[in-house]
Amino acid sequence: MRFLWRTPRVLDARDPRLLRDVGLVCLADSIVGVSFGASSVAGHLAWWVPVALSVLVFAGGAQIAAVGVVLAGGSPFTAVAAGAVLNTRLFPYGLAVADVVEGPWWRRLPGTHVITDESVAFALRQSEPGRRRAAFWTCGASLFVVWNVAVLIGVALGSVVRDTGVFGLDATFPAVMLALALPTLTTRPARVTAGTGAIIAVALTPVLPVGLPLLAALAGLATRWRGRRDPRSGGGTGPAAKLTQVGGEP
Amino acid sequence: MMPISAILALAVITFGFRLAGPLLRGRVTVPAAAERLFADAATVLLVALAATSALLQGHGFAGWARPAGVLVAGILAVRRAPFPVVVIAAAAITALLRLAGVS
Repeated sequence: MRFLWRTPRVLDARDPRLLRDVGLVCLADSIVGVSFGASSVAGHLAWWVPVALSVLVFAGGAQIAAVGVVLAGGSPFTAVAAGAVLNTRLFPYGLAVADVVEGPWWRRLPGTHVITDESVAFALRQSEPGRRRAAFWTCGASLFVVWNVAVLIGVALGSVVRDTGVFGLDATFPAVMLALALPTLTTRPARVTAGTGAIIAVALTPVLPVGLPLLAALAGLATRWRGRRDPRSGGGTGPAAKLTQVGGEP
Repeated sequence: MMPISAILALAVITFGFRLAGPLLRGRVTVPAAAERLFADAATVLLVALAATSALLQGHGFAGWARPAGVLVAGILAVRRAPFPVVVIAAAAITALLRLAGVS
């Protein structure tokens, strides 16, 4: 039992680089969190909606997608579907960091809940198990606190400032999505697939109920069928590829 | 309208996806092709979401200020600018354009 409480070192002060990188990611996500809270409330959703989503779902992309669908007049069902599809990537993430979150249930539950793009990317950057654990927990725990506080601040801000468009906050969400996706678009087939999906979604938005064009974008995956036989076509995806962007590597 | 039931549903589904990995580890191996499909699907959704939320508001055009801010952010991201710089640039460019009268 002794080694059990020794290994999960949440803060590793000897690694200032890790702390700096986690700090940068927290800063970026806090801006998005404030924006999410503010635009939800400015769009006349009850204050507890963004707050509950942030605590219970804790997945920025899915939260913003769900609220975006609802604010644009879509049904709650479409909102949940869009968020759920976005979160399927958490399954392979969970496989990748399974060794990091294992342990007694009181550590496993919160550990599982803080599996995100960022915490997985930080964990995968470390090869030594103790450091993987430290990186995952440092990023996951700080992000959970920072994200929820930021959303609360956004909710407060959004109830005071009615026109959040003045601050350009609505541009932060697409910018984050783009910055997360860009490092995975290293190959031509990947760019063709993503580009096709984006064109389908944009083209269908004026005619389909809100949220559905996003799911229709998955039809872009069909462009991959021809490239199947080329083993080089699928490289450069996954959280490790995302880290170069998320971690703000020099 | 976002009922609490929808929030709970998304929370349960999301936690299920997170929990499945650690629970199934060692018992299943995900084929490389399937894992790639997950990664590709996530990328397609991210880019489609970026495109629609940059260009459109509801069923119509969102105006020029927002896509311009996102475009600048995209260029910065390609040039490997730190993440906070990318996000702040998107908001700042959009805000400045609106201040200058560009909607």
